[in-house]
Amino acid sequence: MEWPGLYNYWIVIILMMTGFYTAISRNNLIKKIIGLNIFATSVLFLYITMGKVRGGTAPIVVEGGAIYSNPLPHVLMLTAIVVGVATTALALALVVRINEAYGTIEEDEIIVQDQES
Amino acid sequence: MSEHLPILQIVVPMVSSLICILLRRRLLSWAFAFTVSAITLVMSATLLARVYAGGTIIYELGGWSPPWGIEYRIDILNAFVLLLVSIISTVVLLYAPSSVADEIPASRHHYFYSAYLLCLTGLLGVTITGDAFNLFVFLEISALSSYILISQGKDRRALMASYQYLVMGTLGATFIVIGIGLLYAVTGTLNMADISARLDEVGSNRTVLVAFAFLTVGMSLKLAMFPLYLWLPNAYCYAPSIVTAFLASTATKVSIYVFLRFVFTIFGRDFAFDTMHLDAILMPLALIGIFVGSLVAIFQTNIKRMLAYSSVAQIGYMMLGISFLSVTGLTGGIVHLFNHGVMKGALFLAVGCVVLRTGSANLDDFRGLGKRMPITMAAFVLAGVSLIGVPLTVGFVSKWYLVLAALEQGYWPVAVLILLASLLAVAYIWRIVEVAYFQEAPEDAPEVKEAPFLMQVGMWTLIVGTYYFGISTSMTVSVARKAAEMLMGASS
Repeated sequence: MEWPGLYNYWIVIILMMTGFYTAISRNNLIKKIIGLNIFATSVLFLYITMGKVRGGTAPIVVEGGAIYSNPLPHVLMLTAIVVGVATTALALALVVRINEAYGTIEEDEIIVQDQES
Repeated sequence: MSEHLPILQIVVPMVSSLICILLRRRLLSWAFAFTVSAITLVMSATLLARVYAGGTIIYELGGWSPPWGIEYRIDILNAFVLLLVSIISTVVLLYAPSSVADEIPASRHHYFYSAYLLCLTGLLGVTITGDAFNLFVFLEISALSSYILISQGKDRRALMASYQYLVMGTLGATFIVIGIGLLYAVTGTLNMADISARLDEVGSNRTVLVAFAFLTVGMSLKLAMFPLYLWLPNAYCYAPSIVTAFLASTATKVSIYVFLRFVFTIFGRDFAFDTMHLDAILMPLALIGIFVGSLVAIFQTNIKRMLAYSSVAQIGYMMLGISFLSVTGLTGGIVHLFNHGVMKGALFLAVGCVVLRTGSANLDDFRGLGKRMPITMAAFVLAGVSLIGVPLTVGFVSKWYLVLAALEQGYWPVAVLILLASLLAVAYIWRIVEVAYFQEAPEDAPEVKEAPFLMQVGMWTLIVGTYYFGISTSMTVSVARKAAEMLMGASS
């Protein structure tokens, strides 16, 4: 296979690692959530890429019986999007509460406050 | 009606969690949640009895035959886990009202019980389903609702604990979904039995290896295996008492079940252990987990946090049982899964009583409690004795099988290490016994009386279970042995 092959997978890997690194390395709680979101988005990309057939259309009945892409990964990713939205909403709600309780959303400052109390 | 039990097991708590929000009244929503949980207990007991007598139950959702439709497949292993989850949930709810009234504002009780039922739904769903993607969805339902439950703790640190658990849990779940996606890419199916059959034809290629790696790491995060347990101590320490008792006894156990299911049923023993040498990683990590968890537990001043670290150690025992890769080892691991659920539930419920009366779970507040709360402390000691693994308790039964499995394979140093680790458990349980029974309460200590009646009933139910299943081992061990034989046989 000539380089870069299926370049979609390179995009998936780059997104995945960007999100993963952001989620574990940032101090700011909102930035962590953004990282988590990028990480989750890479999974959507992975599944959709898997289901795509080159030259395929949507899986609907048309004249001439065209080639169509696998619809199942798309449907699965609808569910994954819903899960992702729920997670993000819950995480943001928690950050609001954390901000009310501590007056900051920087993790290192929160740790300092916890040690002092 | 009765052939629809597998789906009712999920639908009843799921619909009830929505109804629970509408009830609004404090005691009404509790009574409702308790009734629903008791119904799931009856259903899972029926299912276990039926599976034990008649073999695997397969239920096709909406009449769509697998592998196109989702199927629920109940064999002896997940019927056993279903029973554990619904027993613990019911007992914890029986115990709940006074403890929840103390720790959570009255205006939020119906939301709390609703999230609790949703968490129960998720845990039962993960256990019952035979579809890999459905498993991920239920895993997220249980995880999201447990983040909510944990964040309800009184201390503001509960919020941070919940947030950290959310980040780690989401990373773990996403790893799992990546693994499932890669498996789908190779096999073109999401049905677990179907994936397993087609993987045998495919053999091992790089995609399967990567899928295995992602799934193993994701599940290890979820089940809090040794280096990936960092979310656990804070989450268990700051969550409301009943949430800690419920999650500590069920959530990690269900994740261990998922681990068994993926490693043994889907990938198969030969691939996981002969090709990938999973046991070479699992056994050292399990042993390190046992020792690190127990040692750190000895130095904790917050009893809930101490028990949380002890959970890390106990998870090590279960993983150790799996890593022996023998019927005896797996029997030990699976039976410990059940036994630890019962005794750790009892311990956390006892601590919950202390928290209700003294307002905290710090070691200092246990001073003189042996005289001031004799019934609660007696329960704590009885469950603690089981955690150490003294004969006649459930803790002894599981350790017996683990040591037996170690000796069977000729790993006698491992057997010695298991016994040494029990001494560490003696150390951290003894600290509390010493403080509670041999130190006088400080002069200015507030008057405390015994915990309310329902809390006592809930706590003592689990204590009785701890000793009943320790003395009469026929039920738990025979079920666990059957499950172990199935796992070893299914993949040979």
